[in-house]
Amino acid sequence: MNYQFDFGAVFERAPELLWATLGTFGLAFAGMALALVIGVVGVIGRTSPNKIVRAPVIAFVEIVRNTPFLVQIFYIYFALPLMGIRLNPTATAIIALGINGGAYAIEIIRGGVESIGKGQVEAGYALGLHKADVFRLIVLKPALRAIYPSLTSQFIMLTLTTSVCTSIAAYELTSAAQRIESDTFRSFEVYFLVTGIYLVISTVMMGIFALISRRYFSYPTR
Amino acid sequence: MGPIGANEFLFILQGLKWTALLAIIGFIGGGVFGILIAVTRVSKSAAARAIAAAYIGLFQGTPLLMQLFVVYYGVALVGINVSAWLAVAIAFTLHASAFLGEIWRGSIQAVPKGQTEAANALGLHYVSRMKDVILPQALKISMPATIGFLVQLIKGTSLAAIVGFIELARAGQIISNQTYRPLLVFGIVGTIYFIICWPLSHFGTALEKRMAKAAR
Repeated sequence: MNYQFDFGAVFERAPELLWATLGTFGLAFAGMALALVIGVVGVIGRTSPNKIVRAPVIAFVEIVRNTPFLVQIFYIYFALPLMGIRLNPTATAIIALGINGGAYAIEIIRGGVESIGKGQVEAGYALGLHKADVFRLIVLKPALRAIYPSLTSQFIMLTLTTSVCTSIAAYELTSAAQRIESDTFRSFEVYFLVTGIYLVISTVMMGIFALISRRYFSYPTR
Repeated sequence: MGPIGANEFLFILQGLKWTALLAIIGFIGGGVFGILIAVTRVSKSAAARAIAAAYIGLFQGTPLLMQLFVVYYGVALVGINVSAWLAVAIAFTLHASAFLGEIWRGSIQAVPKGQTEAANALGLHYVSRMKDVILPQALKISMPATIGFLVQLIKGTSLAAIVGFIELARAGQIISNQTYRPLLVFGIVGTIYFIICWPLSHFGTALEKRMAKAAR
């Protein structure tokens, strides 16, 4: 092996990579926020007694979960302009991430809501709690606790998925890496470093989520 | 705009062939190495456990696309003259081995401890205990999650398109550029993925429900 590594050429572009990292965070947070909105609205539809409301939500979840994100983002990228919606690639990427994450969020949140036994709610009323208190203390908090682990790992997964948004040239880390690669020809060095940045991002997120979990959700249940 | 004729459709199906091949190789290769990772992850040596945990963490904490890029260019650096196809296959194998390793680690630990103790009492040595007692039961427990990962892997092979490998998604992209009918082409491509993935997902959930019922 007589290849001379040259990380210097990549380090020179460090500011660009840092800004792009912020871009990745922006995509991830905006995408996750949209996913949560879709998730909550979707669960209301998914648990409706009316089959006509339920069916499209089920179809949406199944289609999104059984096709690749890459195909979804291409489809949305070309479909939006035809619907008269003109957005830049980054905004398009947020919508695609939100739709993709939303389908998973629907299933996760549904599981959490269904985990709350009816008897618990009735017990709350029997204790003389207000309707608002029953919802806040008996339904919301335990449901949040139940979905927290899956929802946060979904968030990390969505953050890693933002890298695919380079395919429509959204502003994020992987597209910056590809730009630097084509300028410097230091392919391995660029991708190696950027992989490290992603690893730091996901590790830090995991740490923060664990801290929050310990702070808010560690109470005895029985 | 061009029409989507038999030629275009055949080109897309050619891509499907590579998608299937990549997924199968990734799954089998990942399965073989995944068992090694899983067994290392639950070994008695703390150092071996830490190494396996780091390997799993590395692949679960970085985007699959980055793994593809690093392996793709990394393999070329080591001086091995391999085709793009082999480099991508290696990347998917490594990726799958980490995920399957973690899934099977959980299943091995889910096998009741009494089974290990009984195997020890019978005087079985480590290899026989794993191969004949623990792993077959762990495999059964892991089935829903393993199938779930297979679906994820099939969808993941689409990322080989970004590295330039012509599989189903990339074939779709090429035809879309030629015919200027992106919605129709990506609709067809998405449908093909769905036809493959949906029955698998469905099978996995059904299995999970059946096993949950049996456990009750």
